[in-house]
Amino acid sequence: MPRSTPEIPNASMADIAFLLLTFFLVTTTISNDRGLSIQLPPPPEVQQEDVKIQEHNMFKIQVNSSDNLLVEGEPMTDVSGLKEQIKKFILNRGSDPTQSDSPEKAIVSYKTDRGTSHKRFIQILDLIQAAYYDIYADQAGVTNQRFREAASDPSDPENKAIYDKGRAGIPMQISIAEPTKVGN
Amino acid sequence: MSKFKKKANVKQDIPTSSMPDVVFMLLFFFMVTTELRETAIDVQQRIPEATQLRKLQRKSLVTNLYIGEPRKTEQYGKEAKIQAEDVFIEPKDIILWVNRQKDLLAENERDQLTVALKVDNETKRGVIADVESELRKANARKILYTTLQKKEAEK
Repeated sequence: MPRSTPEIPNASMADIAFLLLTFFLVTTTISNDRGLSIQLPPPPEVQQEDVKIQEHNMFKIQVNSSDNLLVEGEPMTDVSGLKEQIKKFILNRGSDPTQSDSPEKAIVSYKTDRGTSHKRFIQILDLIQAAYYDIYADQAGVTNQRFREAASDPSDPENKAIYDKGRAGIPMQISIAEPTKVGN
Repeated sequence: MSKFKKKANVKQDIPTSSMPDVVFMLLFFFMVTTELRETAIDVQQRIPEATQLRKLQRKSLVTNLYIGEPRKTEQYGKEAKIQAEDVFIEPKDIILWVNRQKDLLAENERDQLTVALKVDNETKRGVIADVESELRKANARKILYTTLQKKEAEK
């Protein structure tokens, strides 16, 4: 006698799956752990005495409380040329006496006001870092994006090699000064 | 006329037998990528855009601080606030908070703690500078300004 095979009804399977799917769709937040990374200086009391820095080794960028930009004492409205200007400054190697002596000595000084908006702050910081990463990537012979990937994950020996090659002799010296107190 | 009467002898229904498979695939994608939100964020979060993003590898070493104008302005005012976990904190509480975060990590990893600052576009720099100077005192000096990827990639 033919035995009936036991069967689980699977018509409602799609419904169950849809329900679960909707639940995860609603509760999900895809985490965003990407951004501009910087290292803060050590606290003031630990810091050694001030080192004298020659004026021409410093590239000064200032932003005031109404988000206006001052680069090396000159007002600037169009920031598109700023990256190239910073790159030229860092890689000057003494050829122009008004700019840095060597990449080791070059410092990009970035000063804002307490009233500067975070958006503007990030825009300019992004440009400064772009200048450095471009230089590193050129030196390591990879693209900017590839270099940043390598820098993010130095545990891989191949990435480490790229990172070390790019960084050789050019420390990223961005000095973010205490903001002035005009706005706010 | 016969031209119009002719009916194409094609099946018109979409095959639905593979629908559960498709749905399950979507379901698994969301189950894997999901991260249940532990805290409700009570400050505005219009995250700025940038091009030179770096990715953090070790998520366990990252801790978030949210800074921005409170969403309930009638209750908390318009002044930018700092949110850690579930509560608003003052800059002076940050050292304590950082130490508590460090206690959660293994001893050899405590100096690698990274603070991700999720700051609203319109927040003034002053508040962030106060937070940073406290973080320096607390010796949590690795900072990440969380940003989004700018759409038009410039070379």
